[in-house]
Amino acid sequence: MVCDCGINIASVVDVPAVVEYVNTLPHVVHAYEQTYACSTDSLDNIKDVIKEHNLNRVVVASCTPRTHEPLFQDTCRDAGLNPYLFELANIREHCSWVHQQEPELATEKAKDIVRMSVARVALLDPLYTQKLDFNHGGVVIGGGVAGMTAALDIAEKGFTTYLIEREPELGGLLRTFTRLQDGRTTSEILDPMIAAVNSNPNLTVYTGTTLDEVEGAMGRFKGKLSNGEEIEFGSAIIATGANEFEPEGYFGYGSDNVITQSALEVKLDEGTVDAANVVMIQCAGGRNDEMPYCSRVCCTTAMKNAIRLKEEDPERNIYVLYRDIRTYGVWEELYTRARELGVLFMRYTEDDEPVVADGTVTITDKLLNDTKFEIATDIVVLSAPLVAPEGAEDTAMLFKVPVDSNKFFLEAHIKLRPVDFATDGVFLAGSAQAPKLVDESISQASAAASRACSILAKEQLETSGVISVVDEDVCIGCGRCVEVYPYGAPELKEVEIVTEEITYMTRKSEIDPAICKGCGSCAAECPTSAITSRHFTTKQISAVIDAFAFTDGSIEEVA
Amino acid sequence: MVVFEPKIVMFCCNWCSYAGADLAGVGRLQYPTNTRVIRVMCSSRIQPTFILQALKDGADGVLVTGCHIGDCHYIDGNVYTEERMGNVVDAMKLLGLEGRVHLEWVSASEGPKFKETVTEFVEQIRALGPSPLRAE
Repeated sequence: MVCDCGINIASVVDVPAVVEYVNTLPHVVHAYEQTYACSTDSLDNIKDVIKEHNLNRVVVASCTPRTHEPLFQDTCRDAGLNPYLFELANIREHCSWVHQQEPELATEKAKDIVRMSVARVALLDPLYTQKLDFNHGGVVIGGGVAGMTAALDIAEKGFTTYLIEREPELGGLLRTFTRLQDGRTTSEILDPMIAAVNSNPNLTVYTGTTLDEVEGAMGRFKGKLSNGEEIEFGSAIIATGANEFEPEGYFGYGSDNVITQSALEVKLDEGTVDAANVVMIQCAGGRNDEMPYCSRVCCTTAMKNAIRLKEEDPERNIYVLYRDIRTYGVWEELYTRARELGVLFMRYTEDDEPVVADGTVTITDKLLNDTKFEIATDIVVLSAPLVAPEGAEDTAMLFKVPVDSNKFFLEAHIKLRPVDFATDGVFLAGSAQAPKLVDESISQASAAASRACSILAKEQLETSGVISVVDEDVCIGCGRCVEVYPYGAPELKEVEIVTEEITYMTRKSEIDPAICKGCGSCAAECPTSAITSRHFTTKQISAVIDAFAFTDGSIEEVA
Repeated sequence: MVVFEPKIVMFCCNWCSYAGADLAGVGRLQYPTNTRVIRVMCSSRIQPTFILQALKDGADGVLVTGCHIGDCHYIDGNVYTEERMGNVVDAMKLLGLEGRVHLEWVSASEGPKFKETVTEFVEQIRALGPSPLRAE
């Protein structure tokens, strides 16, 4: 069936001519035109036509399979046809829309596209999905706010959950700070959370423990802990957090009275800040060539602590030396409050940084025509960026998920799949992805838990029909497929071969249908063509190439 | 005078370059009609024999496209594409078919790049003339 898509296709491509042409192609028993292929009437019509002509393959020439293939596949299924016996020929995005000034050539191209699709559909095989039992447990790596929230969410839905924290205590990064930006103490958040985690009957907590080995895939992960225990789980959440950077080598860090924001918070809690003058320096070690990213949370942290210092002693002078202030969202209020309280803000640039020496900070203020100031200070507080913790890459390797150049975990899609990894069944929460405030970590952790539960709550897992399979008789066990495969679906297995003459052991590749995603890389790599990439077999693709050139493969017939 | 219209087979991966082509369409970016797209799930599915077959069947050029390195939907499939296509491009030089096979990364958000890639490759092949493998 060839679609007009209203005027989207028909205003450029001569659709009746394409239909007439398609009727002459081999295998085609019926071709017709539709104004809108995807309308409900049209879909019903497709079902009728399938039944009337007893069709065993269907091609719709219309738009992109990326959006419309599932719709037409469901229609075929409804008519009793295996959905994989359908092919969409894209004559809109790839033809009428991009060749608007060349209707004749576009019509010829549309004919070619449909011809290639017909050649392909003729060789398509019916494919079937498999239903597999799986493990309904969840594992969360990292016992900070994000990890605990995610683990609690999963456990509260009734699933067995393991929470793994490598430090001896739960709490993560938040334990190094004492107050939240809204004024509450961090223990107001942490204490009830830790108590809930420790008392949930579905939740097993491992502290001082790491996850050292992982094998399997979504639904059937197996992991080994550093204490020797083995756990099985269906889905995993990575919430390994971040650490405050030790700004060694920046602004005299390490000398007396040059401290970080977290150290200042501890002093504030102890009431031991004995200082009439305080200088804070933002972006200490951040937003440079080594760490090019903005750490997002440090400006808000600086506001929070500047306000505390002022409230403790309004006579105190507080100077915040910054490059850009980014107290995004509602925390802009803290910036306003700090200024109301008399905190002074002075701007510097990366190529003209303040200098800290002997209790004096020298800064060239960019907002006051490069006026140079020397500030006598009792304490210098450095706002250091959050950095990915040691070992983030090891966790990434365990689950075969990516990290970015700063070793933060990289989601599958920043907008469409913000808590997913490309690897099925593995999700992401908290500062492991990028520096986050507590409220953001909590909402993301709940999102990740909900994504994990959407898998764990299924009765059975359904595998895709588009996967690769190995012909054991042809496989020579060379292992090239195992090398190229990103998810570890092919594995070499020891197999005993029994023939009339001898019995021997050899290696054969075996692809786990639950892991395989059907990329076909292994099929392209296989030197003996033992691997069939279903729905994209060598035979099917070859047929399309031949159809491109009007040939059965012999040079003589090239037009 | 008859203008030589190259016939070009183009391989696109489902996740990036095919989507890039769709985006070029949505943006109504106009480019020459000479390419015919064959969709695969990942550019790493494209085995060198497909390129040879297309050329043998009379294609004047073969354009292979996929996700940028690091963006592959299958993590690092395109790393193998790069390796394989590098070998194919080298082999083309030995076979006197230099310039007829090209690998380009086009992301799902790069409609304009898709248009440019196609336009430039069509011009490149037009300049090279018909493939010597084409039966006259």
